[in-house]
Amino acid sequence: MNTEWNPDEERLLDAPTIRPYVIARGRTEAQDRFDLISLAVTVRPTTGAEIGLDPEHQAIVRLCRRPLSVAEIAAHLDLPAGIVRVLLGDLFDRGFVAVQQPQPEMNVLDERMYKAVLDGLRAL
Amino acid sequence: MAFARSDSGKNPPKMPTAIKLLIAGGFGVGKTTMVGAVSEIRPLRTEETLTDRSVGVDDLSGVEAKATTTVAMDFGRISIGQDFVLYLFGTPGQERFWFVWDELARGALGAVVLADTRRLADCFPSVDYFERRGTPFVVAVNCFEGAPVFDLDEVKLALNLGPDVPIMLCDARRRESGKEVLIELVKHAYGKRPTAAAH
Repeated sequence: MNTEWNPDEERLLDAPTIRPYVIARGRTEAQDRFDLISLAVTVRPTTGAEIGLDPEHQAIVRLCRRPLSVAEIAAHLDLPAGIVRVLLGDLFDRGFVAVQQPQPEMNVLDERMYKAVLDGLRAL
Repeated sequence: MAFARSDSGKNPPKMPTAIKLLIAGGFGVGKTTMVGAVSEIRPLRTEETLTDRSVGVDDLSGVEAKATTTVAMDFGRISIGQDFVLYLFGTPGQERFWFVWDELARGALGAVVLADTRRLADCFPSVDYFERRGTPFVVAVNCFEGAPVFDLDEVKLALNLGPDVPIMLCDARRRESGKEVLIELVKHAYGKRPTAAAH
């Protein structure tokens, strides 16, 4: 690589913006895999020195001792939701977390669900 | 660990089912206030980033440009026993963020459109969007102090709402009021579900 230094390119390398994409190693393909409200829970704790896991992966495993949504994980770790999806995909593939997808739209017909939600709201 | 026996996530512990509700409306109408009033947690903020999938006609060349378009959303949660958890998302106000709306609306049970009688037109885009998409919604008129008090029928007429769209007054700061709006929404969504319409 003998690309010359380009001041315009340099200006775009804004560290706080780029960093999340370095954590995800530039991958964005997992973005459609999980919804903002897909719930993740840790099913296997990390031993502390897992090969290929970044501190952000480890942070998710610690955070998800109770089920948390993609949106909550993103908010707690101050990462864009898209990056959390990628990291969660890694953890899911390696068996560290289980992920529950939200009820698909066509299934939002379940009478029991409406009744439970209404009762729950009334009892708040 | 409680889940020591699980291996590779094949046998996951029982998890609640997540349900999404949206709180929409114009800028400053009280979306985040309402989320905060009914949520069991302090409202959190998450960011979505404009990426490949949302780049259609926009010419965004290079990852740098993609990485800079982010939209912040405030949200809260309400646990319903062990089985369900409601997530309430305040939709981003600007219409140029439709791509986030599409993602938020996908699978949503329904939406609350918050209206302010001083700036009623601000909620038109939300009403149009949910009507077009077929997402069940209710309109809640947030009662700001000093705002003109209109008859709800007048507001309904001004918004050109269908006869079956529930409309009510609310105070977005009050938990009890927010709760009533959500109950109305869930009841409405129940009546609008596809099986109900088919019978």
